[in-house]
Amino acid sequence: MSKIGLIIEREYLSRVKKKTFLILTILTPVLLAALIAVPLLLSFIKGSDIKEIAVSDNSGMYISRLKSNDQYHYIPATESFETYKQKAKEDQGVYAYLVINGNLSTDTAKVSLYSRKQIEMELKDFVSNQLKDLAREDKIESYNIPGLKKIIDESNPKISLNTIKWDDEGNEKESSSELAMAIGMVCTMIIYIFIFAYGAMVMSGVIEEKSNRIVEVIVSSVKPFDLMMGKIIGIAMVGLTQVLLWVVLIGGILGIAGIVAKDSVTPEKMEKFSTEIVSTQSNQPTGMGTVQPADVQALSSAQKEAEPTIRKIYQMVSNINLGEICFWFILYFLGGYLLYASLFAAVGSAIDNQEDATQFTMPLTMIVLFALYAGIYSASNPDGPLALWCSMIPFTSPIVMMVRLPFGVPLWQLLVSFGLLVITFLLTTKIASKIYRTGILMYGKKPSYKELWKWLKFKN
Amino acid sequence: MYPLEARNLFKSYTGHLALDDVSIKVPEQKVYGLLGPNGAGKTTLIRIINNITAPDSGTVLWQGRPMQAADIAHIGYLPEERGLYKKMKVGEQALYLARLKGLSKADARVRLKYWFDKFDIASWSNKKLEELSKGMQQKIQFIITVLHEPQLLIFDEPFSGFDPVNTQLLKEEILSLKNKGATILFSTHNMSSVEEICDEITLINQSKVVLEGNVQQIRQQYADGIYRLTINPSERIAQSGKSFDILSQDIQDNKSCLRIQKKADFNTSILLKELSEQFDIRSFEEEIPSMNDIFIQTVKS
Repeated sequence: MSKIGLIIEREYLSRVKKKTFLILTILTPVLLAALIAVPLLLSFIKGSDIKEIAVSDNSGMYISRLKSNDQYHYIPATESFETYKQKAKEDQGVYAYLVINGNLSTDTAKVSLYSRKQIEMELKDFVSNQLKDLAREDKIESYNIPGLKKIIDESNPKISLNTIKWDDEGNEKESSSELAMAIGMVCTMIIYIFIFAYGAMVMSGVIEEKSNRIVEVIVSSVKPFDLMMGKIIGIAMVGLTQVLLWVVLIGGILGIAGIVAKDSVTPEKMEKFSTEIVSTQSNQPTGMGTVQPADVQALSSAQKEAEPTIRKIYQMVSNINLGEICFWFILYFLGGYLLYASLFAAVGSAIDNQEDATQFTMPLTMIVLFALYAGIYSASNPDGPLALWCSMIPFTSPIVMMVRLPFGVPLWQLLVSFGLLVITFLLTTKIASKIYRTGILMYGKKPSYKELWKWLKFKN
Repeated sequence: MYPLEARNLFKSYTGHLALDDVSIKVPEQKVYGLLGPNGAGKTTLIRIINNITAPDSGTVLWQGRPMQAADIAHIGYLPEERGLYKKMKVGEQALYLARLKGLSKADARVRLKYWFDKFDIASWSNKKLEELSKGMQQKIQFIITVLHEPQLLIFDEPFSGFDPVNTQLLKEEILSLKNKGATILFSTHNMSSVEEICDEITLINQSKVVLEGNVQQIRQQYADGIYRLTINPSERIAQSGKSFDILSQDIQDNKSCLRIQKKADFNTSILLKELSEQFDIRSFEEEIPSMNDIFIQTVKS
């Protein structure tokens, strides 16, 4: 086996065999899922806590028309304003106290909401939206024009705009700019995270070898360039392994979830669910059922709607050229990583310990962060000048191009952009290896940029 | 033909000349000492020989021809700053480094077993390096250096950090490697070890070669007519003679130890004759300066 092969093997195995690698690889998707699921769960928990709002409607126009929801319950005020105030001081009584003092369609100032607590936005919106709707209804009624309500409803139609893309053969494809944006953003984020996490891994690997002083033993056996490239490639393979494991893991979970969902919802079961819903609804006219029927209701209605929606999503996904995106994703993923990893290796070689790294990693961090923001802004205008230029400039192109790709990018632009990226990473690798071969044997004082420049010119 | 020869090496770092026209010739199957104070340029020279850095000018010859990258496989190098992967298992690590030197996996395993058994450390093979004591780590590093049976061994300060027992072990190993045919180049500050194991030396000071040659010859060369003699104390105070001056006298119960300086115009037999006429001599020997004295004398001047 060649020497660089040996180095790649060691760099790869020593990382993949670590327990932390396995744990992180498995935990990351779980953590991500938890990150999405926990707020969702928390919002459910909040829903079970019923808050009572006592309504004192002096106009008598609204109290019967106010509708409670799962969280907020209107109850008619039974005691005086002062009593509620007194009780609130002792943390008793209702959560909030709503006072309506007149016809809201003529004077909006005649309504107030009192509470011991700071009133949350959600409650404020809930009450004010309802009152606004009711006041509007009253106002419309007050014009005494027959059928006006219907006319207004009709003059306010909902638009659902279908976006259709013409491809090169003149075929029409239904596209979704949201989906394209989502795919672009996911790819961008993966590349961004990968550049940072694995760039830093390359850097700390170099620092480790340097501070362990093993580097002198190794460079007496292999060329510094081989050592650097072996490390960069080995770590790239660790990253690819991780991404691959995630794909398998997430694919597996989704697959299992899909099978379970398919098995549990057979037509007979669907039938049964609907009858249950009918009976539940007749038993519970307010719609405040016990937990189980409510779930069933949600499930079955979701199932009814899901089928065409899923088909539509599937169609849209298949209309986005996934093969092309995957192809370029891998190229840009590697190109971007190689570009930055070599620079991180150079930084690692120049310093003795991790604490000194900031001075040199800062410019890199700034560029990558700039690329990320450029990518995010480009998502809303993927053919604008910012997107175009940033997807051409090699230091930002791996991140920004991913945002543009799902929207379709002319081939010449891809070729120019990727060509520039390849040229640049060959250049940075060359520069980095020059700094590296000098830096790894230099100990002591942290070098200045001027000294790094001198290292570039050392003969070897 | 010398296995290793360096010719007219120059190397400068920013504003500092590290090697100034340095040439050395390392003879086959000898222990060659590279001496010099800190910062003299020894490590730079060793790095150039190891192809780690390149000289600004000058050549390194290997077996009489310009050295090539492939020749490095025949060198075993123990750097002054020892270092191995802390988190890697000792056995794996040794195997990896041996394979980087070009050994096959199977060969490396066999040789590793031999050395681990020899140093009685086979049980460490599955331990991580950081679990071992410093002395143990040094042994591992030594094994890694010699594992691929290099023709040329370069030890940079091999004894630093070793306890006396391990220093002795290491000296014995170095001599036995020499007897098996290896050529050894080693740099050190430890002058007593130079006298013990070095055949030839080069002394580098301020980037230049200031002294080179066979250790015994150099010491003879530096002997400048100082003799020690022990006499029976017939008289209390010895007097200087025609051919010598008394440098010091140490009177003990039944003998007296003298250090005398022979005057340059007289030869040893005249000196001996005069001494034997004056004193009742019990012993007489020439004082050969130690490498330590020569080192200090040369570097200071």
